[in-house]
Amino acid sequence: MVAHAFAEPITFPAVGAALEVEHISHAFDIDGSVLPVLDDVNFSVKPGEFIALLGPSGCGKSTLLRLVAGLEPPRSGSLREDGEAISGPFPSRVVVFQDPTLFPWRTVWNNVALGLEAQGILKGQRQRVDDAIELVGLSQFRNAYPHQLSGGMAQRVALARALVNDPKILILDEPLGKLDSLTRITMQGELVALWQRKGFTTLMVTHDVEEALFLANRVIVLSDRPARIKADIAVDRPYPRHRGDPALAELRRHILGLLGLDATW
Amino acid sequence: MSTYSASKAVAIPQSVEEGAALAGRPLSFPTALLASGTGVFASAAWVLFGLSCQLWTDLSDWPRTHALSIAAFIIAGGILGATVSGKLLGRFGAGLQARAPWLLALGLFLSLWEVATAKFAWLPLPFFPPPQAIIEVYTDDLPKLLDSVVASVKLQLGGYAIGAAVGFLTGVSIGWSRSVGYWVHPVLRFIGPLPATAWLPFAFFTFPSSWSASTFLIALATGFPVTVLTWSGVASVNNAYYDVARTLGAKPSFLVLKVAIPAALPHVFVGLFMGLGSSFAVLVVAEMIGVKAGLGWYLQWAQGWAAYSNMYAALIVMSLLCSGAITLLFKTRDRLLVWQKGVVKW
Repeated sequence: MVAHAFAEPITFPAVGAALEVEHISHAFDIDGSVLPVLDDVNFSVKPGEFIALLGPSGCGKSTLLRLVAGLEPPRSGSLREDGEAISGPFPSRVVVFQDPTLFPWRTVWNNVALGLEAQGILKGQRQRVDDAIELVGLSQFRNAYPHQLSGGMAQRVALARALVNDPKILILDEPLGKLDSLTRITMQGELVALWQRKGFTTLMVTHDVEEALFLANRVIVLSDRPARIKADIAVDRPYPRHRGDPALAELRRHILGLLGLDATW
Repeated sequence: MSTYSASKAVAIPQSVEEGAALAGRPLSFPTALLASGTGVFASAAWVLFGLSCQLWTDLSDWPRTHALSIAAFIIAGGILGATVSGKLLGRFGAGLQARAPWLLALGLFLSLWEVATAKFAWLPLPFFPPPQAIIEVYTDDLPKLLDSVVASVKLQLGGYAIGAAVGFLTGVSIGWSRSVGYWVHPVLRFIGPLPATAWLPFAFFTFPSSWSASTFLIALATGFPVTVLTWSGVASVNNAYYDVARTLGAKPSFLVLKVAIPAALPHVFVGLFMGLGSSFAVLVVAEMIGVKAGLGWYLQWAQGWAAYSNMYAALIVMSLLCSGAITLLFKTRDRLLVWQKGVVKW
């Protein structure tokens, strides 16, 4: 398992890329009417940073991730990875979705090998696939089919499938959203450990304030649709963090207030 | 008939133990002995069949009656032997025990058939020939029957392979490319639902030979369901799969070959199965009307000569071939779609 990685000294190989999100606006055409989803979103990410995007459900967070991944071009504004404009999907920016979306006809190993195979470099690099599976602690399941895995295991495979490509920017779209709370807590720890070990830049959408604060260097709070940046909060606490940290509790109250939910505090 | 009623009288009180054996519960020694009852009765049923051949004289001249009754006795002996030494025979013994009720039913059915046709003509002759008449066809008319089988299989295989290949490629292209879909979809809608047999007159004067005409018709009958289901399979692939593959650096060819087609394969097999069924129908009709070979032609020929036992013989062979082909298709599917186990059932 990966949990032991907690104890390892923190290393920052700094393979992560810088990301510039410059005045992005985006909209969808639905039945002839235009539905704006992003309104002049502007921020920049330093190499190796872990950014959490928080916002009410349906505010356009996931759309922003699709734009960063290059799956869609924005209506206006531009996106840059290490200064170069993003014009389409590229394996240096890999997405892990809320659903594992493993290919049911492929074994765990072949699912993880997908990226290398698609890029035509699998031959001679099979070790990387083994390593990625090892990294998420599923070596025993390398020949299993997705329907034989639990939800947490499937999401770990999805993570391995992303990490095998050595991404510079890892894009996480509520990757733990559908897991039960215990698996979720375990995997939050694993995610931090992986990020610290690999040093990739991480952009993660979540609707869980506690999760955002436990994981991220910076939390960007978005408004209701069309999404605008409401606040950009630095979480200046060392890793590994503790869920009971009073400083995090204070930030949590602040963020819930921004989202209009402070009454529940 | 006395044997029949006697065995039946004993059979009733044992049915509870047989039920227990089928349910796989552990049985005590005397119960285990009784559990092999079905095998014993199956053997008895085949003895009954052998006897039914011998007890009365045939109403007509069928040379194979005696041989058939000997064969029935041999089978009865075989069943009995296998039942008694069941444990020693391993898997074969277990398989036989599982099929014992069927062997019993078959023996009874054959006895009844024998008596109802050859002995008392309760079913009118010659429309309902006895078992020995059909056996006679298999021994005496074998070369012609085999030729017909070979001709049918060749015609069917050729047409089916062409239809399946063309249907698959067409289905993938319309599912994948919007412009191909724009042009092919209306044509498919217009022509597809037409039964392939409706093309018979057209095909037989357009094509140079009745062989090529029939191949075309079989391909047509196969191609339509394969096309439609491949297409719907490709069109219904979860878009998230494409997103995943694209972010991992997949090119369009990878998306078609490694995402769309594997994802659509379960649908393709439904299409292949449906195509197989409708192509059998076309095969037989084509052989009855135009082609001068094959099982359909044999059927037609037998009927023309009022050779009803030949007809039944050909029908039995035909049904074995068709169910064999479908079994083969299912086996292939299970092999290719092993990942589906526990996901989808159809």
